[in-house]
Amino acid sequence: MQHLILKVTTKILFAPIIVFALYVQFHGDYGPGGGFQAGVIFAVAFILHAFCFGLEQTRKVIPLKALIIAMVVGVMFYAGTGVATMLLGGNFLGYDQIAPESTHHAGQHYGIILVEWGVGVAVASTMMTIFYLFTGREPDIDQEDW
Amino acid sequence: MTEGYSYEVSPILLVDLSLLTMLLVVALAMLRSRHLFAVVMLSGIYSLLSAAFFVSLDAVDVAFTEAAVGAGVSTVLMLAGMLLTARREKPFESRRVPIARLAVFATGAALLYATIDMPAFGDPNAPANAYVGQAYIEETPGDISVPNIVTAVLASYRGFDTLGEVIVVFTAGLAVILLLGVGSARGGREVSDVDGEGS
Repeated sequence: MQHLILKVTTKILFAPIIVFALYVQFHGDYGPGGGFQAGVIFAVAFILHAFCFGLEQTRKVIPLKALIIAMVVGVMFYAGTGVATMLLGGNFLGYDQIAPESTHHAGQHYGIILVEWGVGVAVASTMMTIFYLFTGREPDIDQEDW
Repeated sequence: MTEGYSYEVSPILLVDLSLLTMLLVVALAMLRSRHLFAVVMLSGIYSLLSAAFFVSLDAVDVAFTEAAVGAGVSTVLMLAGMLLTARREKPFESRRVPIARLAVFATGAALLYATIDMPAFGDPNAPANAYVGQAYIEETPGDISVPNIVTAVLASYRGFDTLGEVIVVFTAGLAVILLLGVGSARGGREVSDVDGEGS
């Protein structure tokens, strides 16, 4: 049982990091943050997991194929929001078309949340893909090799 | 040089100065170190310090990004990249150094000279704050009604730019997939260089 303290700490921290990422994701229009930061924080939770338990274990949680699909889904979600507003009769990414009768620009809120979700998914999966591919190339290194 | 605005000496200034001094010290330490692991860790510290400096400049969103991306993920990716190479930087030949040093000092001096003409920090009449910035601050409550103006600019006013940024991130991931390959050392398709000739 190597690095017991690190493993226990990671297990305790893992869920709060993801909750914080979701908070940053959905609270971006009220406080600092948004999709980019949330995506990175979300990815960091899994990178921490990979550091402590090894990449093989993390790959069982999220396989690389799922990440590559998520990368595409994120970008398509963002662009799809723009296409949806066009189909509703507005401009590309003209969010006011989502709720045209709203007096307090609810459409803008919806649009920003949808778009930021696309950003978050794309950033998180891209960061994890890059991490997977960089670390997956070399077998485990020795403790003294640092 | 603008009228009606003066910068008061406050405790904040001391915080700023100490943060900038630490940034300088960390940067010099990074330059001098040949141990790549130490350089990666110092670059993480550098990012964290600049995040603190951005907070003191009231740019919380930028600070947040710098802390998450610069100090967090970049450090991890640099460590992962370091695993693929040697742990120590090769000693460099010092023949070309005087020219390089001269160029660096000349550029630095030019930049320092240019700061004399810059408007004071937070000057409302500065070009960066006066035209578009002011319009965003005035129009956001009526146009978007989102409390965080940064998000309103990023996701709504400049939603098209942000789409481009997401595609840049996506392309970076795609490039890494193409270069390092999904079929890597651990599992996946094995690639041999010998058979690839002629095809």
